[in-house]
Amino acid sequence: MKKEIRICGFGGQGVILSGFIIGKAASVFMDYYAVQSQSYGPEARGGAARSEVIISDEKIGYPRPTGVDLFVAMSQESFDTYRNDLNKDTKIVVDPDLVPKNDIGRSLYKIHAQKIAEALGNKIVTNIVMVGASTAIFGLLDEEAVKKSVLDSVPKRFLELNEKAYIKGLEAGKNALKKL
Amino acid sequence: MKFIYDPIKIRDVLGNKIQFLLGDMACVYGGLLAGVSFFGGYPITPASEVSEGMARLLPRVGGTYIQMEDEIGSIAAIIGASWGGAKSMTATSGPGFSLMMENYGYAIMTETPCVIVNVQRTGPSTGQPTLGAQGDMMQARYGTHGDLEAIALAPSTVQECLDFTIEGFNLSEKYRNPVCIMTDGEVGHLRERIVIPDEKDLNLINRVQATIPKNKFIPFTDSQTRKNCKVPDFPTFGTGYRTYVTGLTHNEKGFPATDKQKDHEKLVNRITTKITDDADNLVMVEKLKLDDADIAFVTYGASARPAETAMDIARSHGKKVGLLRLQIVWPFPEKIVSKLAKQVDKIIVPEMNLGQIYHPIKEAACGNCEVELAPKIGGEMHLPSELLKYLGVK
Amino acid sequence: MVEIKTADQLNKKYLREGMWPTIFCNGCGHGTVLEYTLWAIEELGWDMDKTVFTSGIGCSSRLPGYINADGLHTTHGRAIAFATGIKAANPDLNIIVFTGDGDCAGIGGNHFIHAARRNIDMTVIMINNFIYGMTGGQLAPTAPLNSIATTAPYGNIEPPFDICNLAKALGANYVARWTVNHPYQPIKSVKDALAKKGFSLVEFLAPCPTAYGRRNRLGDIKKHWEWYDNNTILIEDYERIINYGSEKEKEEVKNMFPIGVFQDLEKPGFFEQYEKLVDRLMIKKNKKPVKKETVISR
Repeated sequence: MKKEIRICGFGGQGVILSGFIIGKAASVFMDYYAVQSQSYGPEARGGAARSEVIISDEKIGYPRPTGVDLFVAMSQESFDTYRNDLNKDTKIVVDPDLVPKNDIGRSLYKIHAQKIAEALGNKIVTNIVMVGASTAIFGLLDEEAVKKSVLDSVPKRFLELNEKAYIKGLEAGKNALKKL
Repeated sequence: MKFIYDPIKIRDVLGNKIQFLLGDMACVYGGLLAGVSFFGGYPITPASEVSEGMARLLPRVGGTYIQMEDEIGSIAAIIGASWGGAKSMTATSGPGFSLMMENYGYAIMTETPCVIVNVQRTGPSTGQPTLGAQGDMMQARYGTHGDLEAIALAPSTVQECLDFTIEGFNLSEKYRNPVCIMTDGEVGHLRERIVIPDEKDLNLINRVQATIPKNKFIPFTDSQTRKNCKVPDFPTFGTGYRTYVTGLTHNEKGFPATDKQKDHEKLVNRITTKITDDADNLVMVEKLKLDDADIAFVTYGASARPAETAMDIARSHGKKVGLLRLQIVWPFPEKIVSKLAKQVDKIIVPEMNLGQIYHPIKEAACGNCEVELAPKIGGEMHLPSELLKYLGVK
Repeated sequence: MVEIKTADQLNKKYLREGMWPTIFCNGCGHGTVLEYTLWAIEELGWDMDKTVFTSGIGCSSRLPGYINADGLHTTHGRAIAFATGIKAANPDLNIIVFTGDGDCAGIGGNHFIHAARRNIDMTVIMINNFIYGMTGGQLAPTAPLNSIATTAPYGNIEPPFDICNLAKALGANYVARWTVNHPYQPIKSVKDALAKKGFSLVEFLAPCPTAYGRRNRLGDIKKHWEWYDNNTILIEDYERIINYGSEKEKEEVKNMFPIGVFQDLEKPGFFEQYEKLVDRLMIKKNKKPVKKETVISR
């Protein structure tokens, strides 16, 4: 088993942290091998940013993704930029408020992550809502393991907010699964 | 404020035993576990995370971090700190490594233990700052002027960034030579699972301190206190040995002997053979599926990762491919490569440069098998599919 | 302990045996600066087991080789950076850097600037002979206008580097300049500099009859010393003239070298500040267990 995940958005949204949380959940809180890499450069300072995670039950040689099994987009620019190598089985998750032009002639999961985060009081946790939703939609990782990883990775004073965001994200992901 | 190595405090500062960690940060962890107490560095992509990590963690274990004014100052400061009794370290990338070359030679000539992490990026010149390469491998060996032996390790994984930094310190302390950790922008910016080794598994080596009576001590000679050992005991500054240390050709007592051919020959022969004589103990390689192989990848660092994937794919196509991964690149494991060349029909050398370690490999193969270079430049590692072409697998 | 009264006694106490003759030429000022430094150390009663001399490349940089103490003779211009590391590793050590004008103000300028800015605890003794002496008389960044060097055969057209005013501007704790022909003030100055925490600089104008004097009509050492007398002015007088003097007076002192103590401050040195930082982190750390109970466990 080898799964490749790409999370993208704009710089400052916590795209890298999202990939980090997923990689950590898989390799520290579960028994998978995981590698996380990121685009680094001008993108990390605004513009489109992406973080990629490979999860496998075998040792990972080549550490860069060669395909995409899960594609998560949190901005229109990144959705347009990093979509060209998706295959017909790639699961796509977008926030339709951040990616309004998402009609690409195939079904995708729509999670209003930013709105959910705002309802919780701070849109800074949009990425954590997305992590929760993607966990439910992708179904590869254990929900509890990802939760542990979230709580292990965010600032201590925001534990509660992030936990709520993750749980709301999970719920939204499960609902989206039912809809599609 | 004097640094005291406290393994409990260090582990407390590092946190959980198992972590999902950045390659550059793993070098920081390795340094701290090895007992580094001084870090002097200058920011440079893609090595800045090493400096940032040290700035954050080193004061918390009582060590000293200084952001120096440039890379020349950084390596100078770590050499000075080493003579002051510290285990010391710096980190840089190509342009900074180039600036360090003169004092790298000084560390070799004065037999100063210290560790230089080079998170390689593409060159020449400023090149591609954020992208990885392996273009400095020859520079670590031949980049500074004069006759010398280098010690360089090349990690392929984040765990190895941690382990090899510790091992780098051990080798540096043992041989009294600077050691280069030749990582790169690819491995340095990956995150992977690491396990912090237990204190009992570390087997840290510390330089042998001079203890014999001060009037009898000869600072730059062999076998004075240890039989057949070309590495002299270390007279840390401030311990009363009143040692004179110079980068000029010096006699056994340490004083300039710049016009004496014999003194120079004796000195440089000793500081090179202290490493080459012990080359068999300086071999660290990983052998993968070599037993029945008739084609072998011989590579190191980041390049070994797509090579391993290509090997596995080729095996599933019935090709007998193996992989020899050089973990210590310098001194070059000539005997092992030479033996492999007699076993296989072909050696393929993937490198993220236009051919560096390919040359000693070809020399060691000595015509016993074909040696083909598989170069890739431009800041990306080889795709496994690109390497499969060299194996004739579509 | 024997009281040291003569230079011979001083040399016997502080210099290594078997190192004579030195590499220095007749009339050279380096030995004089060494003597002044050793007198200052003697007056302070410093332990030579805890004193490290660091140097770069050039005639001045050979001085540590003659002193019976730990010495690190490094690469050209870098001594101050090496010294920073030594002090960091063991702040109990006294650090003295011997350097020349080419070594310090030329190739090593950036290290000098940043050590002074950081107020790193060390004393830099820069011996300024206006020339690259060891390599045969090439132009130094401190060379006065119109002076002749092998690489300035038609006269120097570059304004010279004033290292003392640079150090002063950077906030170094102690800055002084003297010439080698004033024995008492420099010994006191070196003593004050050594005793000072943070960064201290003492610059000496010292003759190089071989490489500088010969080319600049100062080959006769007596003339060289006279030149210092005629071309230096006490900093107090200099500042008075610049502030309140007539245009004629100002013109007269314009190209003279002010000598004396340029700056004398008591700012905390780098390592004192660093220690405070470490203490702050340790205190924070020690407080943590109390805090931990209030954090929701997970």
